[in-house]
Amino acid sequence: MAKGEITLKISRYIPGKHQEAFLKEYKVPTSEGMMVLDALNYVREELDPSLAFRWSCRMGICGSCGMSVDGKPSLTCQDLINDHNDDNALIIAPLSNFPVIRDLVVDLTDFMEKLKKVKAWIIRDEDIPLSDGEHVQTPSQLMAFRNHSGCINCMLCYSACPIYGLDTKFIGPAAIALAYRYNLDNRDQGEKIRQPILSSPEGVWDCTFVGECTEVCPHGVMPAEAIQRLKLQFAKDMAFKTLMPWTKR
Amino acid sequence: MIDYSFDILIIGGGAAGLRASIAAAEHSKDLRIGIISKVYPMRSHTVAAEGGAAAALRDDDNFDLHALDTIKGSDYLADQDVVEMFVQEAPKEVIQLDHWGCPWSRDEDGKLSVRAFGGMSVKRTHLASDKTGFHLLHTLFQTSLQYPNISRYDEWFVTSLVVDNNKINGVIALELHTGQLKFIATKSLILATGGAGRIFAVTSNGAINTGSGMALAYRAGAPLKDMEFIQFHPTGLPNIGTLITEGARGEGGYLVNKDNERFLSRYIPNKMELGPRDIISRSIITELEQGRGFGDVKTGYVHLDLRHLGKKLMEERLPFVLELSRTYLAIDPLKEPIPVRPTAHYTMGGVHTNIDTETPIEGLYACGEAACVSLNGANRLGSNSLTECLVFGAKSGQVSAIYAESQKDGKQSDEKLAQSQIKSTEDFFKSLEHGTESVPMIQRSLRKAMDQNCGVFRKEDSLQEALSTINELKERYTKVKIVDSSRTFNVEILDTLELGAMLEIAEAVVESAIQRKESRGAHVRRDYPNRNDEEFLSHSLAHFSNKGPEIEYLPVTLTKWKPEERKY
Repeated sequence: MAKGEITLKISRYIPGKHQEAFLKEYKVPTSEGMMVLDALNYVREELDPSLAFRWSCRMGICGSCGMSVDGKPSLTCQDLINDHNDDNALIIAPLSNFPVIRDLVVDLTDFMEKLKKVKAWIIRDEDIPLSDGEHVQTPSQLMAFRNHSGCINCMLCYSACPIYGLDTKFIGPAAIALAYRYNLDNRDQGEKIRQPILSSPEGVWDCTFVGECTEVCPHGVMPAEAIQRLKLQFAKDMAFKTLMPWTKR
Repeated sequence: MIDYSFDILIIGGGAAGLRASIAAAEHSKDLRIGIISKVYPMRSHTVAAEGGAAAALRDDDNFDLHALDTIKGSDYLADQDVVEMFVQEAPKEVIQLDHWGCPWSRDEDGKLSVRAFGGMSVKRTHLASDKTGFHLLHTLFQTSLQYPNISRYDEWFVTSLVVDNNKINGVIALELHTGQLKFIATKSLILATGGAGRIFAVTSNGAINTGSGMALAYRAGAPLKDMEFIQFHPTGLPNIGTLITEGARGEGGYLVNKDNERFLSRYIPNKMELGPRDIISRSIITELEQGRGFGDVKTGYVHLDLRHLGKKLMEERLPFVLELSRTYLAIDPLKEPIPVRPTAHYTMGGVHTNIDTETPIEGLYACGEAACVSLNGANRLGSNSLTECLVFGAKSGQVSAIYAESQKDGKQSDEKLAQSQIKSTEDFFKSLEHGTESVPMIQRSLRKAMDQNCGVFRKEDSLQEALSTINELKERYTKVKIVDSSRTFNVEILDTLELGAMLEIAEAVVESAIQRKESRGAHVRRDYPNRNDEEFLSHSLAHFSNKGPEIEYLPVTLTKWKPEERKY
C-alpha cells in the first residue's frame, strides 16, 4: 500500500458523559503493512489519549484486541488496513453482543462464567500419581482435540453468533468448543459430568448451525463443528435411551 | 474500610501466578486466595512464549547435566543451590501440566516429545507445537477455575503495596472498570507480574510488560537484583520486535549473513545455531557492524533460513512461525528466509528472593520473570523460563500458604496507612489535570534511549547518557498531563502509572549496568570486555531511594561447580 491517509470512524462512549455511543473521526497516516491496531495506537499516542481499547501481544495470540471493523469481528493486531481499502475509511466499534464498558472495551464477565460452567478442565475419577509419569497420548489422540484447544478467547465468535446476539443465555461457541476439547482428550473422564450443561436448553440445541463462529475464528478452532458433533452424539444417546429404556447406562 | 481480605493475594495471572494459586488451593481448601491482574489472566504474556519448557525427563539426560548447562549459560552468576532445586522439580511440573491437560506434542509412542534448544547439551525442551506458553497458560487458567477458594479480580491495577514495619498488610488497587481505589488486605502477597521488556522500543514483549509489579516491590523497600542483565533474543522480526522462536533453530534452522554464510562458525563453531542467546545476539550485531548483514547496525538484519526443514515439520512443530511470518512480513518461510535481528526479550533481574521465593519484606513473595531467584544469572537459557514459572510458582504458593496459616486471623491491618496511600494516589490523579507533559512522548524518549544506549553492547558514556535522559524524563514525569476526566476504564491514568514504573525500572537497569564494570552473560561492556570474578562474581542489589538506586552486592552461592571460562 502506498503511503496515504485513512479516516477511522471510532465508536466513542464514556458512561456518565455520553448518552449513547457516537462515531468520532480521526485521520491517520498509513504505511506498508500497517494493522488496524497500529492505527488505533496512533490515535491514542498522537491524537486522543483518552481512547480506550485493549491490546497487548500484537502477535495474534493474547486475544485482547478483538473489535468490530466495518461491521465484522476482527482481531485488529492482524487485520491489515490494506485489506479494507473501499473508501479509505474504517468504522471501528466494540465487539457486538457484549455490554460496552467504555469506547471499544466490552465486558467479558459472561464468558468467564460460562467457561467455569462447562467445566473446561480435566476431570478424572482418580488421577494417576505424578511418579507414574505422563499419560500415554499418541499423536493421533492429540490431533483428535488439538484444534479445539487453540481457542484464544478473543470473543470474535460470540460477536458473530446471531443466537448469542438474541439470547446471551446460550453457552456459545468458544465455551462449547473448549468443553468438547476436554471430552475428546483421552486423559479426561468428565464427558458425563459436562453433558447436563451442554445438552441443556442453553447448550448445543440453541445453535441453528449458522457457522459464523467458525468463519471468524482467527485460529481455525471450528466451534460450529464441535457443536454439531455434540448434537449428533446427544441425539444418538437419546435415541438409544428411548429404544432401550431398560439398559443401564 | 478494608474492601476485601485474603490469606494469600497473588498479583499477576500468568503462568507463575496461576501455578501459585493452584498450589495454595491444593495446600488447603480453607485458604482464601485472590488473584488480582491488570488483564484477564489469559491475556498475560506467558501466552507469547513459543519454544517450550525444559526438564530432564529422558534416559539420556540427568539433573547434573541440566544444572551445568544452566549454570554455564548464566555465566556462573546463577545460585547453584537454586539451580539444583530447579532441575529436580522441573520434571514433576512438566508431568503435572500433562495431568492437567496441557496438549504437549508427542512422539509416536505417546510419550512427551522434546526438541533441541540453545545452550542445552541434550534435547530436553518439551513443546506444545510452537505455542507452548499459550497452551500452558490456558491449561493453568482453566484448571484454576475449579477451585472455589480462588477468587479473581480481573482488570485491577495495583498502585502500591501496604507495608508496615517491613511486613505486608495488603495492596491498594485501582478497579479499572469503575476507577475506584480499594484496599485489599492480605496476610501474604505473591508478586507474579512478569518482566519489563517494554522499557525498550524493539521488544518481543506485549504492551503489558512494563515492570509495574517490580516497581511496586522496589518502592516498598524490596531490592531489585541483577537488573543490568537484559536478554536480547537473537531472532526478533525487524522493527516490530516480534519473536520467532528459538525452536526454529532447535529444529535445525540456519542463521546466515548476506553472503549466505552460516556466520556463527566464526563465533561459536561447536554449537552454531544452538548456542546461547547472548552469544548469538552479539554475533548478529557484530556481523551488522562489519557490513556482512543486510542494512545498518541500528535496523539491519540477518536471515533465518528454514527452507530445508520442509513443510511437514514446519506445520507440525513450527506452525506459529509460518503464521507470524505470513501475517506480519508477508513472507512464506517455506520459500524464503526470515529477516531477524535481536529484540529485547527477558528481564533476568527482578525482585530479590531467596530459594523459597521469599523477599526481604515479611509475607511478600515473588516468582516468575518479576522475581530474581537467581536461576538465570547473567543469561537465561531458552525454555528454562516457562519451567521456572511452574517450579517457583508452585513453591511460592506452598510457602506463602504455610506462612498465612501461621498468622492469626482478625489481625487489624493498618488502615490508616492504607487510607493515606489512597489519599496520596488520589492527589496524584488530581495533579494530572494541571500538567503539561505528554505520556506517549516521555515513553518514546525512554525507549529510544534504552535501545540506543543500553542494548547488546554497552559502554560507560552511552550508559551515562541513558541515565541522564532518564533523570530528565523523571523530572518531566512530575508534570504529566491527562485530558480524560472520566474514571471509567481510564487508559490515560493506567499509561501514566505504568510509565512511572518504567522510568524507575529503567533507572535501576542502567545504574546497575554502569556499576558492573565487567562483561558477563548478556551484560557486555566494550570498555570492560572481560569477566572479572575477583570483583563481580556477585549479584547486584538496587535499593530504592529518592536520589536514585543505591547498589550493593551479594555473593553468588556456589555448590559443586567451580566458575571457569565459559567456552562452548
